[in-house]
Amino acid sequence: MSQPFAKLPAWADYGLLPLINLIVAFFVAGLVVLLVGESPIEAAVLMVKGAFGTGDGVGYTLYYATNFIFTGLCVAVAFHCGLFNIGGEGQAYIGGLGVAFVGLGLGDTLPWWIVFPLAIVASGIAGALWALIPAWLQARRGSHVVITTIMFNFIAASIMVYIVVQILKPMNIQSPETRVFGEGGQLPSLGWLLNAVGLNMRSAPLNLSFLVSLIAAFLVWVLIWRTKLGYEIRTMGFSPKAARYAGISEMRIIIIAMMISGALAGMMALNPIMGAQHRLQLDFVAGAGFVGIAVALMGRSHPVGIVLAAILFGMLYQGGAEIAFDMPNISRDMIVIIQGLVILFAGALEHMFRPTLQRIFHGFSLKKDQTAPVIAGGGQ
Amino acid sequence: MSVAAIELIGVDKRFGSVHANRDIHLTIEKGTIHGIIGENGAGKSTLMSILYGFYQADSGEIRINGKTTKITDPNAAIGMGIGMVHQHFMLVENFTVLENVMLGVEGAPLLKNGIAKARAELKRLEQEYELDVDPDALIEELPVGLQQRVEILKALYRGAEILVLDEPTGVLTPPEADHLFRILEQLRDQGKTIILITHKLREIMAATDNVSVMRQGAVVATRKTSETSVEELAELMVGRRVLLRVQKGEAQPGEVKLSVENLTVRDSRGVVMVDNASFTVRAGEIVGIAGVAGNGQSQLIETIAGIRAAVSGRVLLDGQLIDITGAADPGELRDRGLAHVPEDRHHMGLVLAFEEYENSILGYHDDPLYLKGPFLDIDAIKADARKKIEKYDIRPGDPNLKTANFSGGNQQKIVLAREIERDPGVLIIGQPTRGVDVGAIEFIHKRIIQMRDAGKAVLLVSVELDEIRSLSDRILVMFAGRIVGERDAEADEGELGCLMAGVEQLEAAE
Repeated sequence: MSQPFAKLPAWADYGLLPLINLIVAFFVAGLVVLLVGESPIEAAVLMVKGAFGTGDGVGYTLYYATNFIFTGLCVAVAFHCGLFNIGGEGQAYIGGLGVAFVGLGLGDTLPWWIVFPLAIVASGIAGALWALIPAWLQARRGSHVVITTIMFNFIAASIMVYIVVQILKPMNIQSPETRVFGEGGQLPSLGWLLNAVGLNMRSAPLNLSFLVSLIAAFLVWVLIWRTKLGYEIRTMGFSPKAARYAGISEMRIIIIAMMISGALAGMMALNPIMGAQHRLQLDFVAGAGFVGIAVALMGRSHPVGIVLAAILFGMLYQGGAEIAFDMPNISRDMIVIIQGLVILFAGALEHMFRPTLQRIFHGFSLKKDQTAPVIAGGGQ
Repeated sequence: MSVAAIELIGVDKRFGSVHANRDIHLTIEKGTIHGIIGENGAGKSTLMSILYGFYQADSGEIRINGKTTKITDPNAAIGMGIGMVHQHFMLVENFTVLENVMLGVEGAPLLKNGIAKARAELKRLEQEYELDVDPDALIEELPVGLQQRVEILKALYRGAEILVLDEPTGVLTPPEADHLFRILEQLRDQGKTIILITHKLREIMAATDNVSVMRQGAVVATRKTSETSVEELAELMVGRRVLLRVQKGEAQPGEVKLSVENLTVRDSRGVVMVDNASFTVRAGEIVGIAGVAGNGQSQLIETIAGIRAAVSGRVLLDGQLIDITGAADPGELRDRGLAHVPEDRHHMGLVLAFEEYENSILGYHDDPLYLKGPFLDIDAIKADARKKIEKYDIRPGDPNLKTANFSGGNQQKIVLAREIERDPGVLIIGQPTRGVDVGAIEFIHKRIIQMRDAGKAVLLVSVELDEIRSLSDRILVMFAGRIVGERDAEADEGELGCLMAGVEQLEAAE
């Protein structure tokens, strides 16, 4: 039989299962906290309070989430095409070059609302171009993108060190970064948005790129499920043979999907560079490209899931920082362990509880319906 | 009366909402060949999996030689003398026959003694049942018929008294199948009990003593084979009268629509798959390509459909060249009126993860009919899908249902509806009824004949010789990549079988 188990209802598949994964992840994380002699309950309270309890907490949480939405979307688009783009880190890094290019060049003379759209385009193009070479190698030569994109992360890191230190860094600055952009290269903060719901964001860096990330999420949904291109991407992702049969050019669709993916990663650079620091610093991506993989896995490559998962990881980042600050036994590294556990259970072990859950639902359906008809039996 | 070899009493099995086996009562007499026939999804395989210990029944009782037993896993089944020959062979390709036979029952960590013992035992079995195979031959070098023999030897070596064969003839030529049936008869005469699972009525009539018919998970009838008929069995299988042979009038061939000249195709390893093939298909005729699976038919139709690159030769559609160098765009060929129902509907003809309506435009998604600028016009696509669902009686009739949840027959109808409704001039169909239930086969065959009568050129590839013979106006036989003969529809089955098996003396004698 092709379907030995009852299919899970959608609410269980998309709601219950991730919830169970998350609870287990936090349970194991709690054990780790217990092991170092702190109270897991207190830690949990600290984390949630730190992430959502104050205006600046929310500001930081959503600021981090913005990064993860972009990189999560990047992974998801490639995933729909059957490609595992783990080069979001490098594509975002190179995307920063596009932002800096526009910010340094035009930030002094033009207002932000002209500079910003240009920066979006420039960051997208830079990220897309960085994804183009692995894409071309995959489409043309069959070199696996997992290998090439991760190697391109290292190349990107080295190139950026060279460019920032040797070319972009002004002579009078000690740290490896560009000069601060002019007025036009700085994005308005979203303090007013939080004010509207009665929160004071203070110095938190939440900025306009958060809204851009939400728009990007919506556009990705439109692209994947409502356009011909998205249809072709999904056909390719599910079955390359069917794509060949349907006359969809493998080469063309792989390159396009990877470039869109890279462009989304590149746009992540807007948030820290134009939104927060107003200059290009080394290592500004700070692992967001990799968190994007977990976000996309947890969000099932669906934009809504990605936004929710990104906010969850934003909470882990921001709340985690609070725990590290307030609990002497818990260091920054412990927070990374907890984040790792969430990634492990929610992402990598995503299917661990599925068979059990299916069995339970199977039991229910047996009791509920003893005279169920045979599904779709017979042709006539 | 002697004790029955197998007695199933009230065996019941569910998978979720699917009731795979309903209260099965079945008695299989010792020393008989017992056929079990039913459509795909009727529950034959589930029942045999329960017997072989892959699944546990939810309720019911199994008696082997009169003793109630619990079969918890395949090892227990083997211990009770049940041997299984699977549809897809479970052989290690780069091991010898001997190594495969003794695999899992080597006896000791060091192989030396085991090998000597196994060799002696194998020799005895071969002599007793006249099952000649060279024990030192590599499996990958044996033809499928012999590989199957090794599977049978494996079961006998493990002391099987009851042999279960699951769709054993799917990969065999008709002569090979006949040979298999002779072996089975011999085994029966030596006292073995044989269960033959198949969906081919002809084989039941040719090889079995008794036959049980399954429908929708239940055993609906058990008959003595000598006292039943193909018509009765078909009716029992489907639950209504079926037309086994399509009615069709005389073909009226018109101008040449598709012409293949000296086509040669190699696979990715450089092995010649299609060897200098030439033929034509005219408007208003069905040309069938017969052959055992794997003799180049797949590569031939994929090349014509623009999916695979050829090495040399020409293909003309309506007198115009088709680019067969590999750069061909199947989409462009569709525009030129060539539709293709691929053999592999699960991976090529459909995207199983898609909803039904999404598959209803696969390959035609460039058509402005389904688009609004760069966007899909979902309403138009669904309306179109609903029309096809109605016309082709696709069930369940829900365009939003995931394609994987349709039965094989209905999946095939989704593909056929998509390709035929485009009203193509040339239709290429691969394995139109593979994995399709009898009821739907009748429908699909009628559609194909309708296409012919509407003046379309139809190129049909099938490994079911019966299907080729009942549909085709001309039959081409493919063997080892070459077209080894052309016959008309009235050709003798034995003669076609010999051609399929590569017996060229016939050809030479003519």
